[in-house]
Amino acid sequence: MAKIKKKVKTIKVDADKCNGCQSCEIICSTFHATPKYSSINPARSRIQVIRDPMRDVWLPVFAGEYVEAECMGRQTFVIDGKEYSECDFCRAACPARDRFTEPDSGLPLRCDMCEENGPGQEPLCVQWCFNEVLKFEEREVEVEEDVRLGDLEIGLKSLLDKHGLQKLVDTMTRITQKS
Amino acid sequence: MRYAETGYNLEIDLATGNIERVETDPKLTELYLGGLGTSVKMMWDRVPPETKAFDPENLLIFSSGLLVGTPAFSFNRSVVTTISPQTDLLAYPMMGGFWAAQLKYAGYDKVVFRNKSPKLVYIWIHNDKVEIRDASHLKGKGTVETREIIKKELNKPHAAVAAIGLAGENRVFTASIEQGRSSASRLGGGAVMGDKNIKAIAVLGSKDLFLARGEEFMEHVNKAAEYIKFRNTNPLPGIPTILAGIGSPQEMKHTDEKWHTENFVWGNARTRRRGFWTEEINESWSTTQKSAVKRLISCFNCPQQCGALVSYKDTPRYKMKCFSKLTYSMAAYVDDLDFNFRIARLATEYGVDAFSTPQILAFAVELYEAGILTDKDFEGCPSDKEGRFFWLLDRFVRREGIGDILADGTYWAARKIGKGAEEFDHNTIKKHEQVPVKLGTLDPLYYLMYSTNEKISITQIEGNWPQGAFPTREMREQFVKDWPQLPDERFKQYVLDWEPRGEKSIPYFPTPDMCSEIVDWMEMVHNIDDALGLCAGMGSFCLKPPYHIHNYPLLVSAATGIDMDEEGLKKTVNRSRNLHRAFNVVRGMRRVDEKPPEDHWKRRFPELEEQLMDTYYKYKGWNNDGIPTKERLLELDLGFVAEDLERRGILQDGQD
Ligand code: SF4
Ligand code: SF4
Repeated sequence: MAKIKKKVKTIKVDADKCNGCQSCEIICSTFHATPKYSSINPARSRIQVIRDPMRDVWLPVFAGEYVEAECMGRQTFVIDGKEYSECDFCRAACPARDRFTEPDSGLPLRCDMCEENGPGQEPLCVQWCFNEVLKFEEREVEVEEDVRLGDLEIGLKSLLDKHGLQKLVDTMTRITQKS
Repeated sequence: MRYAETGYNLEIDLATGNIERVETDPKLTELYLGGLGTSVKMMWDRVPPETKAFDPENLLIFSSGLLVGTPAFSFNRSVVTTISPQTDLLAYPMMGGFWAAQLKYAGYDKVVFRNKSPKLVYIWIHNDKVEIRDASHLKGKGTVETREIIKKELNKPHAAVAAIGLAGENRVFTASIEQGRSSASRLGGGAVMGDKNIKAIAVLGSKDLFLARGEEFMEHVNKAAEYIKFRNTNPLPGIPTILAGIGSPQEMKHTDEKWHTENFVWGNARTRRRGFWTEEINESWSTTQKSAVKRLISCFNCPQQCGALVSYKDTPRYKMKCFSKLTYSMAAYVDDLDFNFRIARLATEYGVDAFSTPQILAFAVELYEAGILTDKDFEGCPSDKEGRFFWLLDRFVRREGIGDILADGTYWAARKIGKGAEEFDHNTIKKHEQVPVKLGTLDPLYYLMYSTNEKISITQIEGNWPQGAFPTREMREQFVKDWPQLPDERFKQYVLDWEPRGEKSIPYFPTPDMCSEIVDWMEMVHNIDDALGLCAGMGSFCLKPPYHIHNYPLLVSAATGIDMDEEGLKKTVNRSRNLHRAFNVVRGMRRVDEKPPEDHWKRRFPELEEQLMDTYYKYKGWNNDGIPTKERLLELDLGFVAEDLERRGILQDGQD
């Protein structure tokens, strides 16, 4: 595979500063609505703030890759006297849980760094976090070219994994005939 | 298609267990917006004046506001409406937190409870799934405990839970409804919830909420956001810290409490302690607070940090906000903040109003010291100040012994105890405990707000208007320079002319006419906030807020698709305000009830006070008894109210 120059975008999370407002979830969900800003639903957000207030846990996590199956075993961590399960930090849209899947269709969600917003723009959640929990960093690196899947492809792939090709084709045919 | 609102209410009959999802009339949104506005309309339609707080027919309505759940910052209020056991008038305690937004995402604008459940239950609302669940295992549990148990048993850590504690279960008149870091505490909403046998309401939603014109809405939101950022880094100059910022008072962040401890009164609203805030106290109180506050937290979609997770010494964790940081120490005359952090944890678990409750306990201590309550009433009570308060609080929430009498609040307790106890009930208006402030010269603006506001509590009635005249002309000029929030330019002149002393100072300036205009403006913004679900700290309760009469209509129009200009919006809330007043009037409220406690100011001016009331009533379009005239009601499309008032003989046909 060819080497290419690529911008690596990172969001650094300073969870200690989080006040739990969920503004990041709100803006993410409404930015990604179709049409843009037509609806709000934090459950569709690609950033989720894991909250367990009485344990002083507020942990913003971004949706990463979709996985077909849940992992085989999980670690638990104790950090600063607070226990976390690996699941808390995990960015996968995983069949073992609701997080990072569309609440109605169950299709996986993935953070796209608000690419649609154009180059040089900070992701919306970063802009909307007034508490400086989320810091955006961009740097150029040389990497091997990989093929990134778009939203539609990820969605289709997950449906394919779940239901098989035949069922998918049959259903598509039925729906298109109906409409 | 409905925008900004869901267009559905949940109707729950607790006696039969019947649950219905009811579509609401979009016309009502145009007429009353949402939140308090539409809830008042529902109370008017469905709760007759004969109904008492603990009658099954009394409704208990949990409402979100019209803009709650949208991306506009700080719209997150839940408004609870019901008949107050304390005043027999409409109560509408509100809370911030996360509950209202979850309700919207679950697909409902309001939850309306009627009748009583035969046994203790909790309600679980998860999108289309709504259940009444057994809560017998939660009986007697604290509000924090209850919340944690429910979240665990539902296996939904992100559910928002509003719960009552022992006080609510025992129908204590100052029982609160606690939720996250917030609480709906004034006027006994928790007591009605307990009477209906509802221990808690848990809600979690994952449905879409729609905006009519999203892009346009976001433009206005972004402007407000810029201003919030600006104000958070640029407090208003020449204003005490506590009033210079935006948001609810940032009590958990600021440690300097000179303003509260020296301007508010201690004990049973008794003693002003000038010079209290010494270097030593500052040191000790700041250290205590810093060790107690584990993290600063906000409400839903708000960048501020008004609340805190408290983890203090060996007391179990709880959350706190606002003035509750000080109320118990001040009421008990305990010069140590340690006491407040310890007793507030218990009070939060019990679920009691942190304004009224400490005052009622202080009232009991005074009666004991005056010999009106005796050793028999205090049998088993420790003799130190702190121990006494802990002991009293315990009796109070359990309604045991003297606690049973105190649990009805100062006004009713004083009348039950008799023997001169009435004299010690000196800080209530319309039977409700007020914030402990006692001052020198009558302030005409406060006089009107105290006397006439339907909220029956001065807290958060004032706000957009400076609390006193600026000492110099320069400061006045500086203050009025950037003031786009004003509904009318003429208010600038009032500020410029207003002097701390001399002819143009209180009590005669602002003049009764000016006072009426200013108070009307304060009421208007409060009514808008309470209908839209905005935190008063970002609107009506602070100087130069991010939201005001010039951007509310833009937000409402873009969000809902109902085009509303400033005049239209003003009329809408004026309509709700008059309906609200009529609701209380039908329940017997009259001019004689509209007065502050006698000792509220040392220097009173009876003639001026009457003149203030006359002018204000007239300005509002009310008759001399504070009753909306037929003319005003018709102007506001409230013909049905005029008819009702005439039928009852409250308004006489042909005369106002
Ligand atoms: S916007 Fe920032 S402070 Fe608010 S929840 Fe998200 S990460 Fe936390
Ligand atoms: S300003 Fe404070 S009280 Fe108001 S919504 Fe924000 S965090 Fe809550």
